[in-house]
Amino acid sequence: MTTDGLAPALRRRRSPGVWLRRSLLGVGGVLLVALLWEGYKLLGPEEGVLVGDARVLPRTTDLAMPHVWEMLARLASGTTRAPSADPLWFTVGEAALVTFGIAAAGWLVGVAVGMALALVMLRWRLAQASLLPWVVLSQTVPLIAFAPLVRSWGARLELGAFEWQDWMSVALIASYLAFFPVAVGALRGLESPDTLHAELFRSYGVGWWRTVLRLRLPASVPYLLPALRLAAANAVVGAVVAEVSTGLQGGIGRLLVQFAGQASGDPAKAWGPIFGAVVLGLVAAGSVALLGGTLRNYRRGEVSA
Amino acid sequence: MTTTMTTDATATRVAVRAASVTKTFDTRGGIVTALQDVSLDVAAGEFVSLIGPSGCGKSTLLRLIADLETPTSGELSIFGKTAERARLDQDYGIAFQQAGLLPWRTIAGNIELPLELHGVPKAERRARATELLELVGLGDLAGRFPDQLSGGQQQRVAIARALAERPSLLLMDEPFGALDEMTREYMQTELLRICAETQAAVVFVTHSIPEAVFLSDRVVVMSPRPGRIAEVLPMRLGATSGRADDLREDPRFFEMVTAVRESLHGGAPSGRGEDR
Ligand SMILES: Nc1ncnc2c1ncn2[C@@H]1O[C@H](COP(=O)(O)OP(=O)(O)OP(=O)(O)O)[C@@H](O)[C@H]1O
Ligand SMILES: [Mg+2]
Repeated sequence: MTTDGLAPALRRRRSPGVWLRRSLLGVGGVLLVALLWEGYKLLGPEEGVLVGDARVLPRTTDLAMPHVWEMLARLASGTTRAPSADPLWFTVGEAALVTFGIAAAGWLVGVAVGMALALVMLRWRLAQASLLPWVVLSQTVPLIAFAPLVRSWGARLELGAFEWQDWMSVALIASYLAFFPVAVGALRGLESPDTLHAELFRSYGVGWWRTVLRLRLPASVPYLLPALRLAAANAVVGAVVAEVSTGLQGGIGRLLVQFAGQASGDPAKAWGPIFGAVVLGLVAAGSVALLGGTLRNYRRGEVSA
Repeated sequence: MTTTMTTDATATRVAVRAASVTKTFDTRGGIVTALQDVSLDVAAGEFVSLIGPSGCGKSTLLRLIADLETPTSGELSIFGKTAERARLDQDYGIAFQQAGLLPWRTIAGNIELPLELHGVPKAERRARATELLELVGLGDLAGRFPDQLSGGQQQRVAIARALAERPSLLLMDEPFGALDEMTREYMQTELLRICAETQAAVVFVTHSIPEAVFLSDRVVVMSPRPGRIAEVLPMRLGATSGRADDLREDPRFFEMVTAVRESLHGGAPSGRGEDR
């Protein structure tokens, strides 16, 4: 197979130069942010920028805005002053892993629920008419705000030997935020094949389930991937915020609160878990992007459609 | 779903028999009679074209045969079975105006699709796809994807896919409608060659008079509102296998073109229904 017949979009996707350019752009973006930070810190007024009484830009003191290099150096030194203490990056990394696990569990549950909802709505028109408004409405209920309630409901659950763990409440909230984009995206994707294809499958005498598996599911990939990415981001945000509001130990949410409390004495330390949370979000979105890479052939529809 | 000999036994009889088939659609604007009292027999191995002004029910008739719609009244049998039975038995292959290939499957994968869905073993599928790709002259493109093919090539893949299960009936709804004139004539010759090889009966919807005349054993001229068969014209232009491009310059060919044109004008008082 020669490359000259490839559609332009595919050729673009395959060339290695693109990866190089993208990584350079990414690094450049980070550098730019660091530069802006230091530039404002250098040139901005000590008291920040005020409009009337409202401060629209922060103070430029070392307390409010530590130097970039200080924050990075802080990551390398010990979490506490104790000589046996782990370096800060390790503590943050460990906590990020815990949160990642919880968010991943929430994501998986959310994806499963979202897909199931989409299939039910696809199968029965009535279900679509009656369920879809509720799916949309569900996102106006800020479950995150009720995180402590969810936790106490969970604690009261008794299912034989099964015991509800606190982390499950956090995962539940993460999944609550994750299922919505999946349900909506999957439904659109499953409905995307034209009648022509549907009739072709009918002419083959293929039933509903196999039509879903062989036609509708593959056709939904271009719709599903952005939905899964959004779900991943939502799950991470949901998990971190729910950790904060339920006070769950071990995750990055807890570290955020804890180190922010120490910010007056150790301002750079508070930025550790913030970087951790950013990296966590990137890793989560990146995992979905990797998944998208393996499904490249299913995205060919994007080129022609 | 494998092509059993039973279809060959019935093949000596009729491929399609429609007896006073009527189809109405309930629309918001009232009841639309798409087809009224249509009776038509297509013999096994015969090539029949449906031609007529837009909206006269050609696609509807084809879709009824394919069991994508059900007749409101009248009888329809395909190789002596109900349309549904024939669909489930894979007695027909179908091709539409758009190729309708699955973009995520390779060319070979698209041709293999019906075989795969019906549980044909992999090696056999591969062999059949290779064979069909040769037949439609795309042998070297098996591993490509549909978006890497031209419209005409895609259409040939769609035809190969329709032939995958060796159907004894081919249903085609303006399969060459989106092609340029050159490709179109080339495809017509190809189709005749394929039909001679496979011995399949064909019901072929078209808007082009020369196309209908060149391809068909019989041309069915339809008239609109409500859709009816106005006239059935036998073509007598020689056996399918004997027809070649030089027929297009044959005086008999022009006679037949004129005959179909006059029939079309007779059947469409509004003067529409002219070919493109
Ligand atoms: N699903 C449907 N619902 C309502 N009316 C329909 C439907 N399908 C077809 N019709 C009507 O039936 C009539 C015949 O349609 P059909 O598609 O068979 O025409 P056609 O001869 O194939 O036309 P064309 O040459 O433009 O393809 C038209 O009046 C059309 O509006
Ligand atoms: Mg039509």
